[in-house]
Amino acid sequence: MAKLRLLFRKEGRAVYISHLDLLRTFQRVFLREGLVLRHSQGFHPHPLLSFALPLSVGQSSDCEILDFEVDGALDCAALPDALNRFMPEGIVAVDCWEAVRPVRELDALRCRVELIYDGGVTPETLQAVRDLFAREEIVIRKRTKRKAMADVDIRPLIRGLDFAAEGDTICIDATVAAQNPGLNPALLATAVETCLPERGPDFVRVRRLSLLDSRGGVFR
Amino acid sequence: MDKRLERILPRVQKPARYVGGEYNEIKKDKRDVELRVAFCFPDTYEIGMSNLGFRILYGIMNDMPGVWCERVFAPWGDMEAELRQAGIPLYALESGDPIGEFDVVAFSVGYEMAYPAILNMLDLGGIPLHAAERTELSPLVIAGGTAMYNAEPLADFIDLALIGEGEDEVPELLELYRRAKREGWSKSRFLRAAADIQGVYVPSLYDVTYHDDGTVRAITPLDGAPAKVYKRVVHDMDKSYFPARTIVPSTEVVHDRVTLELFRGCIRGCRFCQAGYVYRPVRCRSREQAFRYGVEACRDSGYQEMTLSSLSTSDYPGLVGLCDDLEQFCRESHVNLSLPSLRADNFSMDLMQRLQRGRKAGLTFAPEAGTQRLRDAINKNVTEEDLHQSLRTAFSGGWNAVKLYFMLGLPTETDEDVLAIAEMTNHVLHTWRESAANKNRGVRITVSTSWFVPKPFTAFQWEGQITREEYERRVKLLRNAITAKAVTYNWHDGDTSFLEAVLARGDRRLGKVLELAFRKGAHLDAWSEYFALSRWEEAFAACGLDPAFYANRVRPREEILPWSMISCYVSDAYLWRQRELAYQSVPTPDCRTQCSGCGANVVEGGECSRG
Repeated sequence: MAKLRLLFRKEGRAVYISHLDLLRTFQRVFLREGLVLRHSQGFHPHPLLSFALPLSVGQSSDCEILDFEVDGALDCAALPDALNRFMPEGIVAVDCWEAVRPVRELDALRCRVELIYDGGVTPETLQAVRDLFAREEIVIRKRTKRKAMADVDIRPLIRGLDFAAEGDTICIDATVAAQNPGLNPALLATAVETCLPERGPDFVRVRRLSLLDSRGGVFR
Repeated sequence: MDKRLERILPRVQKPARYVGGEYNEIKKDKRDVELRVAFCFPDTYEIGMSNLGFRILYGIMNDMPGVWCERVFAPWGDMEAELRQAGIPLYALESGDPIGEFDVVAFSVGYEMAYPAILNMLDLGGIPLHAAERTELSPLVIAGGTAMYNAEPLADFIDLALIGEGEDEVPELLELYRRAKREGWSKSRFLRAAADIQGVYVPSLYDVTYHDDGTVRAITPLDGAPAKVYKRVVHDMDKSYFPARTIVPSTEVVHDRVTLELFRGCIRGCRFCQAGYVYRPVRCRSREQAFRYGVEACRDSGYQEMTLSSLSTSDYPGLVGLCDDLEQFCRESHVNLSLPSLRADNFSMDLMQRLQRGRKAGLTFAPEAGTQRLRDAINKNVTEEDLHQSLRTAFSGGWNAVKLYFMLGLPTETDEDVLAIAEMTNHVLHTWRESAANKNRGVRITVSTSWFVPKPFTAFQWEGQITREEYERRVKLLRNAITAKAVTYNWHDGDTSFLEAVLARGDRRLGKVLELAFRKGAHLDAWSEYFALSRWEEAFAACGLDPAFYANRVRPREEILPWSMISCYVSDAYLWRQRELAYQSVPTPDCRTQCSGCGANVVEGGECSRG
């Protein structure tokens, strides 16, 4: 059978499951359901499973995508409910379909970044945050893959931002580049901490909302 | 989830171990629950979730209607600091509720080095450390597990200890507690009644007095408590609970696989081995039952690795048949089957070769001693020829890594015995040269030695541990004698083994030392990252006690040992006879060949089922 795509949520206590642990968890969930995944053909065969965009520990998501392959036919529509009987708390399969579009067409990520200020959000802080993201260039220090620190301008990776203040929270509805390179939405908060040190939030919560293609449609 | 916890978790290592929510976690509606148990493992999540006994009792307690048993583990240092800083009390994973709110706080204690973690967890939970300070029925602090055969160092802190296997004993105790809670009993009334349950040891019901030299003068039961507390055992393994449906951690733990327990007890009778004595007699699960549980556990968990577990897997009567059955299932389901605790004999090697697919991991053998004389003395009935024969098979079958475990400081050990370890290693290398399938890949031989710790309820319970200077001298002697490049020599850290020897045979006076060491920062001392002997030395000095009195002193036969109110049914007379045979280097046949009359047969009504 062709490559299949599973859409799932990751939330609550499950947000602390790391990428690698999630991979192992899914291998087992499929086996609990009695589904044998297609394996790689190498010397140490491993099941063919891949997540479109690894999610940072601590972030929640409505739109995680897992691609996998099985031998034989499979009722896609029934699969989410079947798998949900065997999931750890907080991982919920939502939909499953035959993967037609390649993951490289996944262009952007819409997400909600909550900047939480225990003392409440002042209009000045909200304005300062708005002004920050209106700059032409937003440079933060970021650890590179080689573990060195580098200055990176994240502005070009931001596609759209919308701000709202509710109680103690500035809610940023953000659309950012998904890959090649992508922007981890948590870095929006890092930008606030870096560029507005006196207005750094006390806590940051990130939730992925949807995956988009280059025309702004939902990527499936 | 607690909002404060949400702030902390992103900052700590491996936060998944602090949140629960795993597959098969048991959650109950609090309105249906009348007895809540915080089941604590005094070590990290990764260690605790690898413990079969912990899983068995979790399942058994939660199978009781109206009882909700939840898990609690010791936090790693970073998490502990965050919890203390935020003022969050230690909580159970299932509900997130602080452990101080539970009816019963139960610890599973497998080894002595976990004692500081017990105090630390009580402290983190805001529970008074001393049993005497806790005047109410709740929370009741109890402990069980192998280390509790000598619970004396914890006597000040725990309300009671459960001796032996908990399958029947724990539900009986919880039923009594439930009754006491309903009827509003006082704590003392409950404890007195609990002492009548076989296997329950209530330290406060025993008065201990000492001679001037620090040895025990008398142990006096109070208020009609039994003079001897006999351990509990499971009689029929086929009727006993097996956690076929059990929690699958969402993060990697140490033993991340299905553990299929084949039998309890061991027929071998190695004279240093506490498990070999206290788990007597041997009780086997039937081959059919074992197979069914193994298959069910793999299917339910989705694990693709299964290990057969027991004290000596080669001695399981139905092993070949079981492996035949499992081999087929494992092949079809892509499950890897591993057999630890194998003896170095042909039978075991054949089996292993048959089952091993793909990767050939290292082989591990534990000859324990370098000469046949010393192996006879400790009753480790493995010959060097057995070992070489096994290794020939292994090397020619493509294995190229072997680990050999030995102990230094065994009773009667001489320099000749120590040097023989190096000779044995050279022979192993020679065997590899003769029989290796592919010499180009080289061979890795790892020799590891530990410092022998005499334990209660063994033939060596009267022995002194050799001194640190002597241990270090023997390590050096061996290190200089091992010259081959292919051989790596590791020796065990002396500080830990010394303290283990102190605590293993400690009396109640060590409670003060334990508490002081904890106050000085001993929190997670089973981990070398956190262990410091200096804290303990200071604590001993402050309490006016000498650790050498506990570790290095040879006890005379007539001395009252601090744990002598406890019995695992193996008689002291038998253990003493075994000690004498050790000094004559005379082995004792295994239980299946001949009953040597240890006394444990009374458990099975006079006759051990010899498997």
